[in-house]
Amino acid sequence: MDNWLLILGMLAITFSIRYSLFAFPDLRFPPLVRQGLHYVPTAVLTAIVVPGMLLPDGEHWALGPDNAYLLAGLATIAIAALSRHLLATIGGGLLVFFLLRWALGQLPL
Amino acid sequence: MTRLQEFTQGARDMLPMLLGAMPFGIIFGSLAGAAGMSAWQTLGMSLLVFAGSAQFIAISLLNAGTGLIVLLLTTFVVNLRHALYSASLQPFVRHLPKRWRVPLAFWLTDEAYAVVLHRYTDADVSPNKHWYFFGAALAMYLNWQLSTLIGVLFGQSVPNLSAWGLDFAMLATFIGIVVPTLRNSPQVAAALVAGAVALACYGLPYKLGLMAAAFSGIAVGVLLERRKEQMVEELA
Repeated sequence: MDNWLLILGMLAITFSIRYSLFAFPDLRFPPLVRQGLHYVPTAVLTAIVVPGMLLPDGEHWALGPDNAYLLAGLATIAIAALSRHLLATIGGGLLVFFLLRWALGQLPL
Repeated sequence: MTRLQEFTQGARDMLPMLLGAMPFGIIFGSLAGAAGMSAWQTLGMSLLVFAGSAQFIAISLLNAGTGLIVLLLTTFVVNLRHALYSASLQPFVRHLPKRWRVPLAFWLTDEAYAVVLHRYTDADVSPNKHWYFFGAALAMYLNWQLSTLIGVLFGQSVPNLSAWGLDFAMLATFIGIVVPTLRNSPQVAAALVAGAVALACYGLPYKLGLMAAAFSGIAVGVLLERRKEQMVEELA
């Protein structure tokens, strides 16, 4: 398969979706839709995060104490709730994650 | 604020997001070669598509020998969430000419959306908030190109880069965006339902579970918010 064809196809699809509503400046949403849009960041990103923590390889459940994605994810949530600081959350979360992976012997060192 | 102030403030407010996106760009850059993409194609995909999770899924599907149609269909479903972002920001950019709306749409990532929405909901009535959007989006874009390039150039010199779990950076970023949104019970319920449906529908093809989860969470949030309003009205 020609990878450039794939790239151009992905460009067309991704841009069309992102531009979809920007393309209609005269469109005004009914109140129900506007209300729904308030939940977009919460719902969409949680739907990505939760499976990422519980099924880190994308296929198998990992609920044990050796799952650094789950443990560090919970720690990151705690940091976010306590610090309310984005950089501290991302930096602290990554630090906890790599310390856990190191302690669990999961780093390819 | 002046245009330049908005622009630099937008870029500055993206800095934490850049830290979260960089590891992801580096692994993309280093793994794309093994999926049969040349260095130019890898850089070209980051320059032209600019959608981290779709790019990442594309190379894992390429590795699995998936055909073009399924790859494009998966890109469509995975990126459908951006239509929600587009709808969410449309009321704030509708007054702009097309030469603004087209590039801003091209740069509409998860991270830029979160940061820019925050700025647009600030109470002040600055006429230059699209310059903030521009600054934030451009910072994200340049960071993505730079991290892809680092992955392409140096990825091979770090053995087993894929085994480090750098993808956790994306989870940490999204957690950092979501947690502050959990201010009231409808938002918390929306998160719980979206998370549960995402798990229940994980096996669905083409990542359809993501949109099923998003719409379920949104519906529950709206339902609870309306019920709360009704109760307040009845009490009044």
